[in-house]
Amino acid sequence: MSTAVVAKQRTPVRPARILLHTFLIVTALAWLAPLLWAVFAALRPYSETSNRGYVSWPHKLSFENFTNAFEQSDMMHYFGNTLIIAVPAVLITLLLSSMVAFYVSRFDFRLNIFLLLVFTAGNLLPQQVIITPLYRLYLLIDLPGITTSGKLYDSALGLVLIHVAFQSGFCAFVLSNYMRMLPHELTEAALVDGASVWRMYWQIVLPLCKPAMAALATLLSIWIYNDFFWAIVLISTGENMPITSALNNLSGQYFTDPNLVAAGALLTAIPTLIVYFVLQRQFVSGLTLGANKG
Amino acid sequence: MSSETSTKTPEAAAVPPPGPAPVHKRVPQGHKRLLTRRDRITLGFMAGVPTLLHVALVWVTALASIALAFTTWDGIGFDSIKWVGLDNFKQLFTDNPQFWPAVEHNIIWFVVLIAIPTPLGLFLAVQLDKKIRFSRVYQTAFFLPVVVSLAVTGFVWQLIYNPDTGLINSLIGANKPGHYIDWIGNPHLNLWAVLIAASWRHTGYMMILYLAGLKGVDPSLREASSLDGANEWQTFKNVIFPTLRPTNTVVLVVTIIEALRAFDLVFVFNKGAQGTELLSILITNNIIGESSRIGYGSAIAVVLLVISLAVIIPYLIATFRKERRA
Repeated sequence: MSTAVVAKQRTPVRPARILLHTFLIVTALAWLAPLLWAVFAALRPYSETSNRGYVSWPHKLSFENFTNAFEQSDMMHYFGNTLIIAVPAVLITLLLSSMVAFYVSRFDFRLNIFLLLVFTAGNLLPQQVIITPLYRLYLLIDLPGITTSGKLYDSALGLVLIHVAFQSGFCAFVLSNYMRMLPHELTEAALVDGASVWRMYWQIVLPLCKPAMAALATLLSIWIYNDFFWAIVLISTGENMPITSALNNLSGQYFTDPNLVAAGALLTAIPTLIVYFVLQRQFVSGLTLGANKG
Repeated sequence: MSSETSTKTPEAAAVPPPGPAPVHKRVPQGHKRLLTRRDRITLGFMAGVPTLLHVALVWVTALASIALAFTTWDGIGFDSIKWVGLDNFKQLFTDNPQFWPAVEHNIIWFVVLIAIPTPLGLFLAVQLDKKIRFSRVYQTAFFLPVVVSLAVTGFVWQLIYNPDTGLINSLIGANKPGHYIDWIGNPHLNLWAVLIAASWRHTGYMMILYLAGLKGVDPSLREASSLDGANEWQTFKNVIFPTLRPTNTVVLVVTIIEALRAFDLVFVFNKGAQGTELLSILITNNIIGESSRIGYGSAIAVVLLVISLAVIIPYLIATFRKERRA
């Protein structure tokens, strides 16, 4: 059946299509239901839900829980913590992994398949495999004056380093695949013209990788923002926690008021949702970029 | 940068930039000879610095896990490290009441993810790939749980499972004292409750992976099949699914890794209390708990490492071999 025929057939609404749309609408709503339920709970005052139950017609809907959660738990401070960790981590990861990818994809020094294997395999390991020695290592490394804790442990620097080390595996893999698709003549010509290796990387190869870099940057931002585990183990002072991990403590403070906890949890999700809606294509292409090639 | 790329198709980044076909032949020897001394030093740094950081923090620590698993250590000073051979493992396998349940739960986690959300994600992907209207809207709905952090997911689902105030118990009238169904505390129920939340998230992830895979299926295959008189199901089973093989491999590996990594949701739910023990939780509780036993925790990590590498290494070798042939 050619596409033209299919297009013609589509004009009258077919029952199969209606059935499919019905199915998809119902399923999509079911998928959104937990989040919508959280929004509903967060919009209602605690006194009302405790009197009338959660499954009841709302009498008063307000953003009070949101403003309370935001102010009482000093959320701005924790968003700041996340920013201090995520921005450098994303930038350094992209810089380092693009350098490795450049090396691996442009120069055949035999080592490169092995190097790529090491990076990719490292990224696939569960984090808990390395956490015990890493935790000890972070406690052992003294950095007086550099971090406020005086150690790598309990510092933003420590989190940035482990994010970079861990995520650069995935990025190096994706970027090297991407760079390998660039015509070799590009860099060869530059080399013959006497361009330095750094110029080749910085002025020729990197600009061509913009789409892949944009996709990875989006993906990394969300991943690092959403990280829960590293900070739970490697940060001991509640004050220093990034927002996602801080949520755990905050909920402990307000466990008696689920509506407030819901509001707090939803607030932390807002930045990821904004990034996702604005940069949806980058996010999805980044996610499938690695998978498709693998 | 975003405005420039967002106008392209979603797979813009996955598609190689225009230009000659990928050149996989070896770079001519002359390439190397053109490099100056400074270039070589630059290259050394470009490859060396990232590798050093990655190897030091990921692989050296992984090896340290293995080494420490055969010792006991109180963490204070290196002198107190004592070689104990296989003691940690013996204790783990025979004495720890949480270990085998944790292994079992990790396996259940994988089986559930591969048996329910994965086929569901594939099914949704196939439906959404039909040039259907509002496809993007549906995709966004299914994919939203993947974007939200697992910690938030945990809190959101607690609003549903809470015995007192949760949605389910409120709906079925089990929220009165004496009638509680404790979805989070009851060791016979809590793993399944968490798995529903995990499946909720996994479905969208799988859908996106399969959608990308389906985009790569040659449309003429589908036409040929329907010309031969095959119906939709036959076409899918005999033509589309076999061509999705590379995607299936990725999906399998991703799902195994996800099952081994499972942590955040359970930690937020009940910190891995009875019924929801997982290997990752045991390791973490051993660190942040009061009686941290480094060697013992490392032994659990080694179990996790061995299982992971048994999956990762064959997968990567196959991938890289295929790439070399290409």
